[in-house]
Order: sequence, then structure tokens, then C-alpha cells
Amino acid sequence: MAITTMTKPASLPLDLAKRYGIWILAAAVMIVLPKIFTSGAALTTMCLMGIMIVFSLSYNMLLGQTGMLSFGHAVYYGLGGFLAVHAMNVIAADKLPIPLPVLPLAGGLMGLLFGFIFGAVSTRRAGTAFAMISLGLGELIASLSLILRGFFGGEEGITANRTKMLTLFGVRFGPQIEVYYLIAAWCFACIVLMFAFTRTPLGRMCNAVRENPERAEFVGYSTQMVRFIAFCISGFFAGIAGGLAAINFELMNAVNISGAQSGVVLLMAYIGGVGHFFGPILGAVLVTLLQVMLSDITGAWMLYFGLIFIGMVMFAPGGMAGLIMLHLPLWQRGTLLRILPHYAVMAVPVLMSLAGLVLLIETAHHQMVKAASDGPAMAMLGIPFSSNTAPPWIVALALLGGGLWLGRLYGPKLAAAFSDAAHGKDLGKEAAR
Amino acid sequence: MTAPLSSALGLQDLHKSFGATPIIRGVSLDVGKGERHAIIGPNGAGKSTLFHLISGRFPLSSGRISLNGEDITGLKPYQINRRGLSRSFQVTNIFPRLTVFENLRCAVLWQMGYRYSFWHNIRKARDANARADAVLQQIGLAERAMMPAGLLTYAEQRALEIGITIAGGAEVVMLDEPTAGMSRSETAHFVALIRKVTEGKTLIMVEHDMGVVFDLADRISVLVYGQIIASDAPVKIRSNKAVQEAYLGQALEAEH
Repeated sequence: MAITTMTKPASLPLDLAKRYGIWILAAAVMIVLPKIFTSGAALTTMCLMGIMIVFSLSYNMLLGQTGMLSFGHAVYYGLGGFLAVHAMNVIAADKLPIPLPVLPLAGGLMGLLFGFIFGAVSTRRAGTAFAMISLGLGELIASLSLILRGFFGGEEGITANRTKMLTLFGVRFGPQIEVYYLIAAWCFACIVLMFAFTRTPLGRMCNAVRENPERAEFVGYSTQMVRFIAFCISGFFAGIAGGLAAINFELMNAVNISGAQSGVVLLMAYIGGVGHFFGPILGAVLVTLLQVMLSDITGAWMLYFGLIFIGMVMFAPGGMAGLIMLHLPLWQRGTLLRILPHYAVMAVPVLMSLAGLVLLIETAHHQMVKAASDGPAMAMLGIPFSSNTAPPWIVALALLGGGLWLGRLYGPKLAAAFSDAAHGKDLGKEAAR
Repeated sequence: MTAPLSSALGLQDLHKSFGATPIIRGVSLDVGKGERHAIIGPNGAGKSTLFHLISGRFPLSSGRISLNGEDITGLKPYQINRRGLSRSFQVTNIFPRLTVFENLRCAVLWQMGYRYSFWHNIRKARDANARADAVLQQIGLAERAMMPAGLLTYAEQRALEIGITIAGGAEVVMLDEPTAGMSRSETAHFVALIRKVTEGKTLIMVEHDMGVVFDLADRISVLVYGQIIASDAPVKIRSNKAVQEAYLGQALEAEH
């Protein structure tokens, strides 16, 4: 599914079966998931994941595929969402014969419209200038959202009721599970469409423009036009995601269209990996999960989130997808199992330093934020201690330092084992046969 | 004044200055259809700048350029390319992280009429795939088809550079120092390649290797300090006194 990999025109039936297999599997997972994770919280989280998958994939059309770094993608998501909320209210008030499931399309058209308008301005430039224009437009719309109260509803936002639409087949979309399947269906359709886009002449030229805009001009393409069309299509899918969000929350407010929301989608795409089509899907799932779970566990969750992002940028610029694809040659050579024992060994120092880091952050967070009101007493893993005494700090630093030291010690061995498994003598393959 | 109908490329009194510095100082030239025209000259004479002017990369200070009798002055590079002029670059200019095959396919899409289509499945674009494959065979990189272009050897990248240039089927092909940085055996191989892929087309090239120039060109123009001091058949250029003084003498001596 890598954007950059390409196969020759000859497509064997086996190849086709292989490709559709992934889609059938994805659909099956989406259908079965709510049967496994049945709790209300899990369902809410999965709905959010579906929305964010569409949003982050639309973002990666710009960043990963066309090489455009946007700081204002929430504009198209938010405007799509607001239009969908208003549409829901109008449809309910006038009893229009429009069913709820088509509403994300209205959001998409809103995203497309504003993608067209703002894209016509911003895609005249590439690179840093484009990024700055996107930031400016994002801030413009975000501040407008607090001024134009009629459309954006000010701080409180605009609410709607999704159950007041035309009912088809007796489905009123009251229960969350029905909304889940609506989101899942749209999510699946959008993934298929966006993947198909990467396999079109324009999709390929987006890659070419990302790689070398100058040369693209000398093979007959206006890079500005390529960027513009990609921007419009990306705005369309972002608007669909916004429409889904409007249905899910029955509420749109200024946060949904803010710079913070634009930042989150960037993080999702980047952490997941912008170099591969499926990267942003992983990123959307992971980041949503972290947002929901970490915020329950710790008050310092934003810090962890930032650290993960920095760690990814520094050590795994290809994101999670990049890390996975790194193992593809090992998988193909059948040497993947050879590397696992080394990973098991490496897990010890990694877990050690992570434990140290977490203890350090939590103790510091407690001491600086909570100790004044709640006192220094705290507990981790059921072990009680005080944040204003030396032991937790010493243990944390010892774990962190010791883990890093052991990691450095074993790092070269792991690297050697990896490169041996990837390019070395073919012992593993023989063994696998 | 319009160029005669048999003209592939017409340059009329081109001027280009960067700030106060004139680089091209009144270049006029007519290249006929099917001609193989070489532009030679010492370093800094403005050969690459002239290429950039013709291909639309730099705007002209003054003058007119016509392609097949049609005025192309002031057009963007992609507009000029669509009208049938394609160029290569002195410094290799490819799509490094796309596969070799993908590089070539991107180069044929516009001319094959796919334009900005997002409704065609590219795998089913048989004509574009077949054309990219054919060029791949021609430039001898069939075995590298699935490799990212950035991982090719230097000579292979130069071949791909030529491949991208000719893949769209342009009638006028401009090559900027195609054999720069190559060994003698690679150069010989390359001259054969250029001859093969530009068969029946109009070729304009900048080249430093006099062996290549005299081997390939029907006509040679000598550019010195932004002006063409002579434009003639190779034999006559060789015996031209002014050319020998300005440039060729040293270059030929360096050859031997």
C-alpha cells in the first residue's frame, strides 16, 4: 500500500485476490469490533477513530502525497461539520425528506467549496509560503468562528438532534451503535476512494510534484494546478469527516475549527507515518486511543503526547507505518523470527527507561501541580510514596539512566542483527524451508 | 517577422540580463525540423541560460521565441512542453523516490491525454504503461524498473534523465550536457542511445565533449559571451578562424 511502490501493468488474478483480501478484512474488522468491545466508552472511542481516520487520510493527501504542509486543515473539517449541524436543524424544522446518512456529503461539499476558494489563494505557493498561508487562513476562520455567532454559535457552538431526520428502514440513529455503523460505512467508503485516488494519473502526479516540482513542470504539468485539485479533494474528505463528527456529537463548536484541531490531525498523520497510505489510519487510531485513555490516567497526558511526537520525529521519521515497513524485507526473506529474541532483550532497557521517565514525569507533575492542595502523598502501581522525598526521584533517575545505558550497550548488537537479517547471509531462509 | 514554416525552433534577438549583468546578448538562431544542432562555447558563455530561456524556466529580458512557427515567448515551462518541446537538465533532475518505471510514466501522462484525471485507474492506462515500458527498454533500464530512481548509478540516472525527456514524444528535444561526468566507454554508449531515441526528431544540445558534438551534430553554433559568433556545418566550424581563436582550438587540443 506504499504510495511510492508501484507494480507493472500486468495484474494477475492472484494479485487482485490479494488486494481485495485486505479490504474484505478491513470491512470485517469494522463490523465485528463493536461485538468485541461492547462498552459505551469503547463504542464512543471507535466512532471518534472512524471520524479521525477520514480526517487524517484527507490531511495526508496534502502532506504525504503532494508534499504540502498545512497548519489549517481543521477549517475544512470544521466548516463541513457546521454546515452538517445547520443542515440537520433545517431538515428537522422543515421536515425535509432527507435521511441522516447522506448528511456527511453536505459536509464534504462545504469542505470542497472552501477548499476551492482558499485553495485558489494558497496553492499558488508551495513549501513554507503555503504553510504560512494555511496558518493564516486557519487563524482567520478560527477567530471568525467567535465573531460570526449566527453560524458558529460562539463559545457554546451549535447543537442539533440527529434523530429528527427522515427515518429509513426504521433506523433513527438514536443509539450510538447505529451511529457507529453509519460512521464505519462512510469511513470504509472514504478509505477506498482515497486509496483509489493514489492510483490515478493525478494521484501519481501529486507524488511527482512532491518529489520534484520543477521536473513536473517540464513534463507538461502545472504544479499549481496539481496542488489546487489535490487541495480541493482533500477539503472534500475533511468536510465529510466534519459531517460525521457533527452527527456523532450533535454539536459543533469553535474548538472543532481551531488551530489545535489542525495540530492534532498533523500529529496523527505524522505519528502514523506520512510515507505510506495506511500510516494516517494507524496514527488516527493510536492518537485517539491515547487522547481518550491517557487523559483518564494522568493529568500530564499532553506532555506524553508531545514526547511521543518528538520521539517519532527524531527516531522514526517514517512513523509507525515506516517502522512496520522496515520489517518487510525481513518478512520476505523469512528472517523476521531471527530478530525477535533481540527485540525481547532490548525490551528490558526500553521498559526500564520508560518506567523511569513515567515515574519522573508523574512525580514532578504531582509535586508541581497537586502537592500544594492534596499534599505530597501519591502512589504508582499501588506503591505509596511522597513526591517531596528523595527516593522516588532517585529510583526514577536510576531507572532512566540505567535503561539508557543498557540500551546503548545493546543497541549496536541489535542493529547488527537487524542488518544481518535484512541483507546478510541467507541462513534464516534455509531454516524457514 | 515569423520564422519559415520548416523551422522547428526560431530565436529572434534574445536578451537576458541578471540585474545589470547581460548574459545573453542578442542571440538569433533558426533550427530546422529534423536538424541536430549543437551549441558549444566556453564555460560561462550562457549556454545553459539559453536553454532555460527557450524552455521557459527563466523569463526573457527581450526577444521572441517560436516553436514550429508558433510564438511561445513568455509561456510557462509546462505550456511549452505541451506544445512539443522537451528538455533534459545538466544536473540530473528526476523523481528520486519514485520508481524508474513511475518516473517514465509520469513523463508520458500529459501527452497521452490523461492530464489531471482522477477518474482513470492508472494500472488500466494501457497506452501510458506500454509507452513507459517501451522507453524503459530503449534506455536499457528494464531491470531497474521497480527500483527508486534515486538509487540508480550516475550513468543510469543520466539515461533516465534522457528517458524522461523523450518519453512524452516531443518533436523538439533539448539536451543539456547529456554526457557530462561520464567515462569514455559510457559516453560512446550514450551517443548511440541519444541517436536512437532522437531518431526523426529535432535535437538541440549543449555539449562539451567535442567528439560527441562532431559525431552527432549536423550544425554547430558557437556561443561566446552571450553571442553566437558562428553557426555552420561541423567541417566549416572546425576551420573557422574566429571559432578557433575563441574556443575550439583549446578544446580540440585538450582532446588530443
